Amino acid sequence: MNKLNILMATTIVASLTAGFAAAQEKVQIAYIDPLSGPFATTGTQGLAIYRHTVKELVNEPGALLDGQAEFEMVPFDNKISAKESLIQLQVAMDQGIRIIAQGASSGVASALSEAVAKHNRRNPDDPVIFLNHSAVDPALTNDKCQFWHFRFDANADIKMDALTDDIAANPDIKKVYVIGQDYSFGKAVAAAAQRFLKEKRPDIEIVGNELHPIGKVKDFTPYARKIVGSDADAVITGNWGGDMVGLGKAIMSAGFDQPIYTYYGATSGITAAFGEEGDGIVKLVGAGQVNPPATPEGQEFIATFYESFPDLDFGQPQMANVAPMLAAAVNEVGNATDIKAIAYALEGMEYDSIITGKTVMRESDHQVIQTVTVQGQTPENILFEFDKSGRGMAAETIVELASKDSATTCEMKRP
Amino acid sequence: MSLASKTPLTAGTSRLISLSNTMPWAFAALFLLCLPFVFQSNSALTIMNQMAITIVFALSYNMLLGQGGMLSFGHAVYMGLGGFFAMHVMNMVEGGLWLPLPLLPIVGGLFGLIFAFLIGSFSTRRAGTVFAMISLGVGELIAACSVIIVVFFGGEEGISGDRTMGPPVFGYEFLTQQEVYYLTIFWLLLATLLMYLFSRTPIGRITNAVRDNEERAEFLGYSQRNVRWISFCASGFFAGVAGSLFAINFEILTEENLNLATSGSILLVTFIGGAGFFVGPIIGAVVFTLLQTVLGLHTELWSLYLGILFVSCVMFFPSGFAGLVAMHRRPFALGKLHLLIKPYLKAAIPVVTSVLSLAAILEILFHKRHGYGGDHEMVLYGIAFDSSGYQAIAMAAVIAAISLFLVSRILPEIRAAWDSANHAESRT
Amino acid sequence: MALFLVNVLDGLVTGLLLFMLCSGLTLIFSMMGVLNFAHASFYMLGAYFAYQISLVTGFWAGLIIAPLVVGVIGAGIERYGLRRVHKFGHVPELIFTFGLALLIEEAVQFFWGKSQLPFSEPEALDFAAFAIAGNAFPAYKVFMIFVAMGIFLTLLYILTKTRIGMTIQAALSYPETVQNLGHNVPLVFMCVFGVGTAMAGLAGVIAGPVLGVFPGMAVQLGSIVFVTIVIGGLGSLWGALVASLIIGWMQTFATAYDVTAEQILTAIGFTKPELIWDHPLQDLWTLTLPQLGPILPYLLMVIVLVLRPQGLMGKRES
Repeated sequence: MNKLNILMATTIVASLTAGFAAAQEKVQIAYIDPLSGPFATTGTQGLAIYRHTVKELVNEPGALLDGQAEFEMVPFDNKISAKESLIQLQVAMDQGIRIIAQGASSGVASALSEAVAKHNRRNPDDPVIFLNHSAVDPALTNDKCQFWHFRFDANADIKMDALTDDIAANPDIKKVYVIGQDYSFGKAVAAAAQRFLKEKRPDIEIVGNELHPIGKVKDFTPYARKIVGSDADAVITGNWGGDMVGLGKAIMSAGFDQPIYTYYGATSGITAAFGEEGDGIVKLVGAGQVNPPATPEGQEFIATFYESFPDLDFGQPQMANVAPMLAAAVNEVGNATDIKAIAYALEGMEYDSIITGKTVMRESDHQVIQTVTVQGQTPENILFEFDKSGRGMAAETIVELASKDSATTCEMKRP
Repeated sequence: MSLASKTPLTAGTSRLISLSNTMPWAFAALFLLCLPFVFQSNSALTIMNQMAITIVFALSYNMLLGQGGMLSFGHAVYMGLGGFFAMHVMNMVEGGLWLPLPLLPIVGGLFGLIFAFLIGSFSTRRAGTVFAMISLGVGELIAACSVIIVVFFGGEEGISGDRTMGPPVFGYEFLTQQEVYYLTIFWLLLATLLMYLFSRTPIGRITNAVRDNEERAEFLGYSQRNVRWISFCASGFFAGVAGSLFAINFEILTEENLNLATSGSILLVTFIGGAGFFVGPIIGAVVFTLLQTVLGLHTELWSLYLGILFVSCVMFFPSGFAGLVAMHRRPFALGKLHLLIKPYLKAAIPVVTSVLSLAAILEILFHKRHGYGGDHEMVLYGIAFDSSGYQAIAMAAVIAAISLFLVSRILPEIRAAWDSANHAESRT
Repeated sequence: MALFLVNVLDGLVTGLLLFMLCSGLTLIFSMMGVLNFAHASFYMLGAYFAYQISLVTGFWAGLIIAPLVVGVIGAGIERYGLRRVHKFGHVPELIFTFGLALLIEEAVQFFWGKSQLPFSEPEALDFAAFAIAGNAFPAYKVFMIFVAMGIFLTLLYILTKTRIGMTIQAALSYPETVQNLGHNVPLVFMCVFGVGTAMAGLAGVIAGPVLGVFPGMAVQLGSIVFVTIVIGGLGSLWGALVASLIIGWMQTFATAYDVTAEQILTAIGFTKPELIWDHPLQDLWTLTLPQLGPILPYLLMVIVLVLRPQGLMGKRES
């Protein structure tokens, strides 16, 4: 058997099918997220989820313009730098791409959002739309909101609303320690925690409210000592990446065995790093749910994801909504070129997601409203594990259409 | 590394620029003016703007490293601070202050100068390791402050502005990338010219002298500390200019503009280009920007390649790309450059194939380890193949081995040709 | 008081860990006059190798083998890289190690990927040795303290009491003379570099389970290691120990006590503005000591360098 021949044959077949596929219209989506450097895992995972969604929910069922068109993901590596993102945005626009997707880091998201707004102001006839799939700084849909930005993840306030529901329902929790990274997102989490706890459980005492330098703390032990010393019954943190691992491990090894509520305390190596110690302690608040999935279709969808990408986790469920909702908007408009009309079609769209249940893109601030869950780390009854660690996150509190009536300070200017 | 200058101290007293010296500048200006007609896309313009900014920054860095012998690990501070101040001024323009955009780099430069003056007052007292370590410490301090002093630095998100709000200059509002490009290259040429002239002034010459022998310069009556301080301030000014150009181009500044990584990469740029030559940093900036943006589009491993290039540069040609070119000055002067052409051409193909096939091995290995699960199809150099088996990698290894073998065979020939091209007595 | 004691112990662990890194670096500097920018990268390599070995044989074999492998790699780099660059001068040498640091980080990502690896302490030490007022003190940290102390005493003994140590000390000040006396100075250099990097590797193995094994671990410690040996005085073993402990305690206590600028400013007699979020000095008012913790070492270094360029215990400048 000659493998080289087979290789050549597949090459020819591939190029032929590419030729056929060219007859179909390709609608390109620029995916601008870190694909190299320390946050590459997040970016790679997101890209995989997008690719899987585009394939399973849009292209194969022929859901875009009756099968006349297909979505195609075009990855751009922004190295999680604002400057690099703007360059990649420029490259993407030069290639004729008018749909931009990004999510890792709120700092980058606000830079991109601003750049997109500026571009659209300077070129009103050739606008660009920005789909934000995971940057959750509330400002993006409040003070900094703008017409061309759409957020598909629950923002920090919405997540805190669901999280504090869980805390409020637990009478054992009387003292809470809030700790986070010293920047806009960390501050937003701390402010939201104070506000919601005061509202829902005025008897709870916030025994610590602390910000630490982002990415600079080598050893979290002194912080862990303060937390243990404060007699807290629960910890709330918005930490991500290395700061999450460091804080979590330090708290646990200092002898703390109460719940640790996190925004990003799972997947990307974190679940594996916490291991057995984190079982029953680490909680995660996020959009959608993986264990158990919301619908049988969702379960099928996630299962095929793990088949296609055995090394990655289905860690950001809300991202699976972006492509189908965009497809619905394109279908409503009837073409993929009138970006302004597509943006108007997305506003107020209602969508039945197989992952996050009933989902609405709120018109007033372009913030998606969907199911938000509080999940706990456990090795039992896990359909889809994280980091191949034999454990995963199981839904504990499920809030449908979370914070659907929450207030916004957004004053949207529409073109 | 040969950093010694070849012209004597008296050069500073002669005319700064003669007619024959203006030719390269005129040519460079013409070339830069025409570039946008060749590369019309906005992203190409963005990359060229980025290149221009890096050139100004690298040249200002080389005022320290190459000309003054001061190794700094915190030069991003002056560019960043200049940029942040320029951005605040840009926002004040939006609020009603009258300042045409093309003058903004002067503002940034002045703030770079002020901070260089303040910090230089204690950091330039000594050269060598002490200077390097103080620059590292100050760099880390200011980068850390950027997250703490949110009012000024905007925290993690940085601060942004809109360049189009100023008064129009000859009807231009700097809405398009092209207009910004012309503004940038105007400042590129001006700053480069000024830095070149600075290196020719007596003070520039004394800087070289202090670099080469502090004590002797002291005996000649020059305070080594003051000499270093002055060139440090000048360097800070031009770093600030580069920062303002960054502010104009990207309309955003973040902590990233101040941190150690940026300071480190400018060291890398300058060194790859050749710190011993005025044009070195220019070459370095062009190569680095191309590697970062263009190579970055094609492979995830771009920074690995950059690291390999950097380390092999330090090991095998420490005078950088400019040094490689300068090595050919003597054969050229002897009129024997043609002796080298044939062996170079002969070596070109095996060298290129060995580099490409070695890169292919890395790419395939990387794809096998970290590629998407189940996705074994890989496209490299336009060839699609299956990366899961051992055929592809074996083939790349065989090609690499053959081409490396050929290179090793051709090397003696190049060496022989090099020797004969560098010998004055000839048979012509 | 109990918390104070816990912080003293935690600071001791941090300081001693820093010392394990600094001792190798300062040794290399005092011998070869080269500031090894890649030193923390060898620390990272140690942790990664130990992780890889621990997958097969468990933690303890990794503790022995990984530093040896790192040492051999270090010696190889000295022999084939650094020695070559040495003749170009000090600046290219420094730049070489700088590039090496970049390259090692990239290589680590190439082989092990970009996420954090699950490397944990050995089962045998995975318990709380004792607790002070509810604060558990892991047995593993006790082990860290003993290893670091052991290294310090061994180094001190070798450098001051043995023949090899004498040669090293002599080669430090008068390399030519020592060479003329028949000692192979390049070999001594290579060995010192190998031993220094092996110690960094050992520090990596020991720190890995506590501080995490990820591609950024070298950068995270990289510059602080320099700061420490510069403060302590380049080339001084005692200086490295003192500076490491100062920094360890400084950072621990800065984080542990919530002194805020507000307290200080009101104590002096200022009144806090009502609308703090619109105030131009809001950052000054909201500043806290834990926020400043990570930059204190850099501040200390700049002050030390300006006032006493040879460092706390150093004998000579650079």
